[in-house]
Amino acid sequence: MAQLKYKDEVFNVSSGSSVLDTLLEHGHEIPNNCRAGACQSCVMQVTKGSVPEQAQIGLKDSHKTRGFFLACSCRPEEDIDICLPDADQTRIPACVSKISKLSNDVVELKIVTVETFAYHAGQYVTLWRDEYLGRSYSLASLPQPDEALTFHIRLIPDGMFSGWVHKELRVGDTIFVQGPIGDCFYTRGKPEQNLLLAGTGTGLAPLLGIMRDALNSEHTGEIHLFHGALTLSGLYLHDDITMLEGAFSNLSYYPCVLNAEKNMPDNVIEGDISKIISASVRHTCGWKTFLSGNQGLVETIRKQVFLAGCNMKDIYADPFIHS
Amino acid sequence: MASLYERIGGEAAVDAAVDIFYRKVLSDDRINQFFDAVDMEAQAAKQKSFLTMVFGGPNNYNGKDMREGHKHLVERGLNDSHVDAVIEDLGATLKELGVADADIQEVADIANSVRDDVLNR
Repeated sequence: MAQLKYKDEVFNVSSGSSVLDTLLEHGHEIPNNCRAGACQSCVMQVTKGSVPEQAQIGLKDSHKTRGFFLACSCRPEEDIDICLPDADQTRIPACVSKISKLSNDVVELKIVTVETFAYHAGQYVTLWRDEYLGRSYSLASLPQPDEALTFHIRLIPDGMFSGWVHKELRVGDTIFVQGPIGDCFYTRGKPEQNLLLAGTGTGLAPLLGIMRDALNSEHTGEIHLFHGALTLSGLYLHDDITMLEGAFSNLSYYPCVLNAEKNMPDNVIEGDISKIISASVRHTCGWKTFLSGNQGLVETIRKQVFLAGCNMKDIYADPFIHS
Repeated sequence: MASLYERIGGEAAVDAAVDIFYRKVLSDDRINQFFDAVDMEAQAAKQKSFLTMVFGGPNNYNGKDMREGHKHLVERGLNDSHVDAVIEDLGATLKELGVADADIQEVADIANSVRDDVLNR
């Protein structure tokens, strides 16, 4: 059994337990969130010994070499000494520059970092209110000068973080950013490849970034953007995307609602987004696919896109994992 | 003479085969109920090690793991007919990739050699 040393205390890590489980069981406060290796909230640093490769998946190389690892994914095989890294090594401050409503339960949050923040459109970050309260959000913006980091934040009932953003956060306030994380982004080099982008709810955010990145890169292949919502009001940014569709001949936008309403715009399609995708795009051989949003739907669409011919390695998915 | 694994095309052939094979399996109504897991990427990784093994490539095949890994499926009714279907899909995949019939037979023989472990008998 491996032992871990934290703040001069030594703990046995029982087999199958993670470092995070062990520390929490012993009453230590360790920032954490998804507990699935995705949000990187529980990042810690090993100062003696080494951690399994599995515990460093998704971290930047510069962080790996400094011994950073994710406590939730770390099942140590040898004795290790660990500490919490200084927050300023993993998080940078940013200033809120704009908060505006996109729909009745989604706001657009724009923040500006003092130092340059390098990322790819479509990646996600973890935003922190303070040392312990953080949540992961996808970037909806493009990494270009004069464009603030932009997020779509849905108000979750009783959600601590989203409630704070919706009700208390003001322009000029400070917020902290950790990341960027993830490989769900556009890569140049195959401008003729067809792209399928599909997301539900605020899963639209990274897809908008990826779509704009592709259009800015003069992508010539078809770009099919599917956005699924329960009701019409969930199809936020509908008018903007419809306009964009008019400006680019290779862009097709499919706004999908599960529950139809009277007086819907002409282009809105009623039905299950996965069925609308299979009816609209029959063959995906050679395509690249980006999926984001509800986990169950992401997995359903991943399977059907794969069966329609898309290679597994060309399917990038960013399912929302709720903590 | 080159080994079976080399003749088929090594790791590149495994990479080419895994998507085709997994797609056949998921579309095969005789067996797809056993592949209804949520995590497709994890499942594709398992397919990859299976294909590497039956292509005669480097593997650390372990009969005990094979038994453990399929126990819950045997309880759900996994039997010889399902193994036959998998081997058939495997053969069709290799045919599509232009592998010679004799080599396909050799792959099927390796797959058959683990049948008892898979079926826990």
